Amino acid sequence: MSNHFSHKSSSELDSVVIRFAGDSGDGMQLTGTQFADTSALMGNDIATFPNYPSEIRAPQGSLFGVSGFQVQISDQDISTPGDELDLLVAMNPAALKTNLQDLPPGKMLLVDSDAFSAKNLKKAGYTTNPLEDGSLDAYRLIAAPMTSRTKAALLDLGMDSKSMDRSKNMFTLGMIYWIYGRSMDHTIEFFQKKFKKKPVVIEANTRALKAGNVYAENLELIATTYQVRPARLAKGKYRIIMGNQATAWGFIAAAKKAKKELFLGSYPITPASDILHELVKHPEFRVKSFQAEDEIAGVTSTIGASFAGDLAITTTSGPGLALKGEAIGLAMMTEMPMVIVDVQRGGPSTGLPTKTEQSDLLQALYGRNGESPVIVVAAHSPSHCFDMAFEASRLALEHMTPVILMTDGYIANGSEPWLIKKLADLPEISPNIAKNPEGWTPYKRDKDSLAREWAYPGMKGFEHRIGGLEKQMETGNVNMQPLNHQEMVKIRAEKVKRVENYIPDLEVEGAQDGDLLVVGWGGTYGALHTAVRSAYGVGKKVGLAHFNYINPFPKNTADVLAKFKKIVVCELNEGQLHKVLLAEHPGHNYFKYNKVQGLPFTVQELMDRFDQVIAHEKVVTA
Amino acid sequence: MTDVKKYTFKDFASDQEVRWCPGCDDYVILRAVQKALPEIGRKKEDIVFISGIGCSSRFPYYMDTYGIHGIHGRAAAIATGTKLANPDLSVWVITGDGDALAIGGNHTIHAIRRNVNMNVILFNNEIYGLTKGQFSPTSLLGQRTKTSPYGNTQPPFNPGELAIGANGRFFARISGNKPKELTAMFVQAEQFKGLSFIEVLQNCVIFNDGAHDRVNGKETRPDNQVYVEHGKRMIFGHDNNKGLRLNGLKLEVVTIGENGVTEEDILVHDAHDPDPTLHLMLTRMSNPIVTGIIRAVEEMPFDERFVGQMEERIAASKGITFDDLVESGETYILD
Repeated sequence: MSNHFSHKSSSELDSVVIRFAGDSGDGMQLTGTQFADTSALMGNDIATFPNYPSEIRAPQGSLFGVSGFQVQISDQDISTPGDELDLLVAMNPAALKTNLQDLPPGKMLLVDSDAFSAKNLKKAGYTTNPLEDGSLDAYRLIAAPMTSRTKAALLDLGMDSKSMDRSKNMFTLGMIYWIYGRSMDHTIEFFQKKFKKKPVVIEANTRALKAGNVYAENLELIATTYQVRPARLAKGKYRIIMGNQATAWGFIAAAKKAKKELFLGSYPITPASDILHELVKHPEFRVKSFQAEDEIAGVTSTIGASFAGDLAITTTSGPGLALKGEAIGLAMMTEMPMVIVDVQRGGPSTGLPTKTEQSDLLQALYGRNGESPVIVVAAHSPSHCFDMAFEASRLALEHMTPVILMTDGYIANGSEPWLIKKLADLPEISPNIAKNPEGWTPYKRDKDSLAREWAYPGMKGFEHRIGGLEKQMETGNVNMQPLNHQEMVKIRAEKVKRVENYIPDLEVEGAQDGDLLVVGWGGTYGALHTAVRSAYGVGKKVGLAHFNYINPFPKNTADVLAKFKKIVVCELNEGQLHKVLLAEHPGHNYFKYNKVQGLPFTVQELMDRFDQVIAHEKVVTA
Repeated sequence: MTDVKKYTFKDFASDQEVRWCPGCDDYVILRAVQKALPEIGRKKEDIVFISGIGCSSRFPYYMDTYGIHGIHGRAAAIATGTKLANPDLSVWVITGDGDALAIGGNHTIHAIRRNVNMNVILFNNEIYGLTKGQFSPTSLLGQRTKTSPYGNTQPPFNPGELAIGANGRFFARISGNKPKELTAMFVQAEQFKGLSFIEVLQNCVIFNDGAHDRVNGKETRPDNQVYVEHGKRMIFGHDNNKGLRLNGLKLEVVTIGENGVTEEDILVHDAHDPDPTLHLMLTRMSNPIVTGIIRAVEEMPFDERFVGQMEERIAASKGITFDDLVESGETYILD
């Protein structure tokens, strides 16, 4: 694809993993996104992983202010942003220090040598300059004076020094585009759109990009350029989609399919806010996004909107889910259709707001007073967020119950190509709306699903009152009789349990029976899928069962679990699904693998653990 | 609203047995609401009552309209969602001093700030009734309650001051034992475009009996309560000869015919003045206490702004579809 004529040599690669690391103000997320988008447009499969600090602009050059963006591009269908880096871009000493451990010896390291000043070295805790002391000899170090070269290219634009510095990430990107044979066109178009009203910014960024590209080309140090061929993905029209955006769009689609207006009641919280940011843009689809005064108002306004007949949703992350607990109990008790999205982050308490984790599962399943089961489903990749937001809406509306949709920071902020789905490609959603007021009462139920009928204000003849007090069967009148209460508790649980009749079976990838069943849920799918595919590919009898539906479990769960000698439940928590499986499906030879570092699994660590489990007789602990 | 059936108060009574303590003002308020509804010209199916938790919050169960008995403190937030989902509804929030001003304080001030077009009726009995007698955010300093056996050490809120401080556009205060006054007040509250906040001085016969006797009592009321009406002079008293006037920056009680005071000296109430200064002063008076519609300044309600903006965007988007959305921006074809 490169239009350059002086390639020294070119080698082809299956995939390339790059991490861009710099100050949180260095524009690493933008640089990485541009590289990923350009590669996708060239037909590669991509997977990205932004990893940024919770400080918006941490002090420059500090270790805790380092922001990273990792991207894998491949000529194959891939599911993770990769374990080991092929190229680390470090914009300053702090970025080098905090990321070098993930770069294997022999791989390429690209740094801005201008940033390795005595002051920055000291901030990062270096006593000598690693660019000079030989400590980086194991790597293919390319130290380029990016800041000064960028300034030189922009000198006659009349910008101040600080503004010129802002373009240095584009110099870096220009270099990387040359190394990997990417076209600059997409990024230049991006500047033209994004800075339409600031021609000087378009010019500065374009010049920096081209200067970096030419610099890399002329640099004798770069001996090889790399090509990654297009991937063989399914035919069709694609776009790059981020998880939170996919979630938002899934709800818009569900509302259309259910012929309902969409209401979002939400309070900003990392990493869920992007769903709110996306939905506020779309009132044209009759999306009503309400930024409430707190998490509790987010969920209770959602209850109010559901009562009034909207497809009502609320979005949050772990601490917000805790605040919403009582209200979710009310929605469960009154049997109102709504979706609660929990974009999980590192916990407990405020925890690690910008890092990923799967430690809210037990909260989602049990975090309410009383016997209060709700449907819990999980999305497993950025584009799968679309499917599960749609599915969560379907289950809520057709079964008259709150549904908790679990995603996490990793897939919410990650992106991948999405084979575009149009409305016609999606199934119908049929809310259980009351039709005949004659003898109607709010808690009469469908005999199969046990869902009650939905009647809302404006519907004549269905006036009724509902609330959090225990209610009499069928009529819904307040009733605290002992046997009625027990019966209602059982009915509400049975209603959720019966959802198993309306969801797909659990699928197994790889071996369908044999030595080891790998079990996961949610955002770890990419790593588990890749690891299981590799293990199965070399003849190991390893299968993967990844749960998209956690409450209720799919109907064939017991059958699947019974087909393997051992089961390893892999989670980014201390073993929450493991605990649930032990309780609901006892009697299997369970092992677990857990990681709680705020980071996703690497494929390698999973494969190592699979081997260990296959070899061991006793339970292995992480 | 020509097609609305002519209702009577009975049409709004549900089949549920009312279970408040005998003698509670809540019965009076319930009946007053049921009598107000036939006057507002709304269909039964378009009316929603939403409450939180507390004695007063049982209210929706007794209304044959749509209703939610919510969770503690959250009625205003639930109602905001209902109103945004369907702004055509007539929405009523029933709450108490604990529900609205303690656990739900945040939702109360933000609903007022946003000016959601709904009616909030605050049953203020200055005590927690349902949990059996603890002090509330409106209980008096020094008041002995179950959780203040040696006297309450927490100074109270004045609900009116809080409401106007939160940029309340409509604030009224009214005795809980005057059925006709209450009915008229609720009709006016519904007619006001914006959030109407009504503090009802309601008596709890069990845990705080007589708390409002000074202002609500048959004998004591005339000298201790000024019922203000827009455009009328603030005159009160057994002999209808007392009034309020401004003395510098202070309100004072004067007697007509004494010290050269004539009727012309008495303030004329202007509930529509956007400047809340005088309204706040009226709200803060304790002797006499001021009742009636103290402030009523119309401004476009939040739900109207919100839905109006949505309709504008719909018009501007010229029939954009979901399929247009997913194909917008950068897409590419693999074949």
